[in-house]
Amino acid sequence: MSYIKRDRRAAWYMLAPALLMIGVFIVLPFLMSVILSFTDQRLVPNPNVPTSFIGWRNYVRLAEDGDFLNAFWRTATFTILVVPLQSVMGLGAALLINTKLPMRNLFRGIYFLPTVISMVVVSVIWSSLYQREGFFNYAVTALSFGAVQPIDWLQNPYTAMPALVLLSAWQGFPFQMVVYLAGLQGISQELYEAARIEGANRWQEFWHVTMPGLRNTHILVAITTTIFAFKLFTQVQLLTQGGPSSVTDTLVRVMYMQGFRQGKVGVGAAAAVVFFLLVLGISLVQRLLVKEERAIQ
Amino acid sequence: MADLHLTQVRKCFGNVDIIKGIDLAIRHGEFIVFVGPSGCGKSTLLRMIAGLEEISSGEITIGGRVVNDLPPKERSIAMVFQSYALFPHMTVRDNIAFGLTIAGEPRKEIDAKVADAARILKLDALLDRKPSQLSGGQRQRVAIGRAIVRNPDVFLFDEPLSNLDAALRVNTRAEIAKLHRDLGATMIYVTHDQVEAMTLADRIAVLDGGVVRQFGAPMDLYRYPDNLFVAGFIGSPKMNFIPVKALSVSADTITLNAEGLDALTVAAKGAEILPGTALTLGIRPEHITISHGATPRHQGSVVLLERLGHQIFIEVATLGGHSVTALIDGEEEVELGHTVGLTYDASKCHLFDKNADSLRL
Ligand SMILES: Nc1ncnc2c1ncn2[C@@H]1O[C@H](COP(=O)(O)OP(=O)(O)OP(=O)(O)O)[C@@H](O)[C@H]1O
Ligand SMILES: [Mg+2]
Repeated sequence: MSYIKRDRRAAWYMLAPALLMIGVFIVLPFLMSVILSFTDQRLVPNPNVPTSFIGWRNYVRLAEDGDFLNAFWRTATFTILVVPLQSVMGLGAALLINTKLPMRNLFRGIYFLPTVISMVVVSVIWSSLYQREGFFNYAVTALSFGAVQPIDWLQNPYTAMPALVLLSAWQGFPFQMVVYLAGLQGISQELYEAARIEGANRWQEFWHVTMPGLRNTHILVAITTTIFAFKLFTQVQLLTQGGPSSVTDTLVRVMYMQGFRQGKVGVGAAAAVVFFLLVLGISLVQRLLVKEERAIQ
Repeated sequence: MADLHLTQVRKCFGNVDIIKGIDLAIRHGEFIVFVGPSGCGKSTLLRMIAGLEEISSGEITIGGRVVNDLPPKERSIAMVFQSYALFPHMTVRDNIAFGLTIAGEPRKEIDAKVADAARILKLDALLDRKPSQLSGGQRQRVAIGRAIVRNPDVFLFDEPLSNLDAALRVNTRAEIAKLHRDLGATMIYVTHDQVEAMTLADRIAVLDGGVVRQFGAPMDLYRYPDNLFVAGFIGSPKMNFIPVKALSVSADTITLNAEGLDALTVAAKGAEILPGTALTLGIRPEHITISHGATPRHQGSVVLLERLGHQIFIEVATLGGHSVTALIDGEEEVELGHTVGLTYDASKCHLFDKNADSLRL
């Protein structure tokens, strides 16, 4: 018995540093935002008006706030567009570099580059691609033989969101690629051989071996990509500041504007808590789906 | 008819030769076993027949058709993998039906064929389960079911029993033998278990280092091994090899001796052997008896003794410094440490020259 106790103690010692970090930098700030979300705390406290608890008022205000609801729907739209695109790009790239092509390691490195570059740098580069004289307008004009006039991609209410989606997917897909690559390598080679023996062509192999073999990977990718997408902020802040006419405003940007620009820390904290619950909900859905799969296997 | 011919078949991975020129002529309906030590190229050869591995040079024909460049599905073969390779998300029914389904056969025919296979393999009650809900033996039967519904000319098995426990292995072995009788198809079966090889095969190909060392009926391999390798590989416990010298030779006999071994005359090709040549004498443990009379003997002391009941397994350290194992009658009176004389049945002795080739007449 005692060695089990000793092992347990050793385990706690080893866990302690990580737990401490998580506690100080994640759990504590989160608990503080929960508390703050029930107060009228301001960024720069007014010495004449002390901070006081105001119950659910911040949450009520958010629910009635058109900007917040707008931001929620914009973020959801972004997510719905970017998740499939980014996942398909990631899967496609993973399938490509999982073949026995020569130089696949080189491609692996090249494909991974966008994710290594800071989103700030990526945004700056893409903003020039999206300019009036930029690459996209050049391409569109050339391909339509001049029929389509140059577009202000980031200033046009119809194209601003798709432009952000494309940029984000490009920057983010290598992560999905790596996850899919791991998933692909977990599929037994013998299953492919069995499928070939049974007469499957490439396409049938993909549908009957690869896709079912990636079921859990799909769930993981969909959930993590969704959570990443919900955190959309940097590109928006740098390229459109939520415009034109708020079509690219996002949840995190509302949090930021409320808390740091308007100094309403309490409202910002409430938005953060709502955001947390959303993400938590998404994670729970994932756990449920994966558990169901385990029960089958 | 699906005769299978391999002509000078070779395989190299990079610049390493793995299969070094194999010729085999397999008749329709034969049960062929490829046997050999680990890494000798059994699986590689099987996969080349299946179409999973390219052929570096040479020719493989199935039913008279060169299949070198045909994909697996056009070779009329089916394969059962060591790890079964069942599709985990499909039911047993869908696994068995897979090949027919993607070939676009009508649903009714598929159902009938699956039902047939399920009946033969006693899988009727399991058709709606997933592979994860089956035992190893049941999974194996599903894999066999998937192979038989397509009614191929040639079945390929790569160590299909190696993941099963001993009892199940014996059962499944018998089932595969029965399946072969019922279907009458050509079967090629890879194993490194010589009991499986001996019991299942019509003919065994013994592979070693990418070449066929001998190809023949199980009892022929046991009785008339062509070389030291086959002699040592087939048979359990292993054949004894004793270095000897030729005393005198004639066209069809060689008389030999060794330290502690009385002169022994064996029928063998003596024509090209000079007296005094070093040879290897091969004798199986079951062909050795304890000598009580004046028959040719090999003397030594018993260093290991295991009573098996009807037989006794002994190891004898001979005067020449060799160790010889023997399976002798269970009633013999021997004890550990005794000095005994061993008698070799001259008609069961094998002689091998310095190239390890048999000097059989
Ligand atoms: N794809 C490959 N690339 C390079 N070498 C290979 C490859 N496949 C097999 N080999 C080599 O070929 C040799 C024969 O392999 P093979 O799998 O045919 O052996 P085996 O007789 O089936 O052995 P076992 O009884 O262990 O299954 C081995 O030395 C192996 O290392
Ligand atoms: Mg093998």
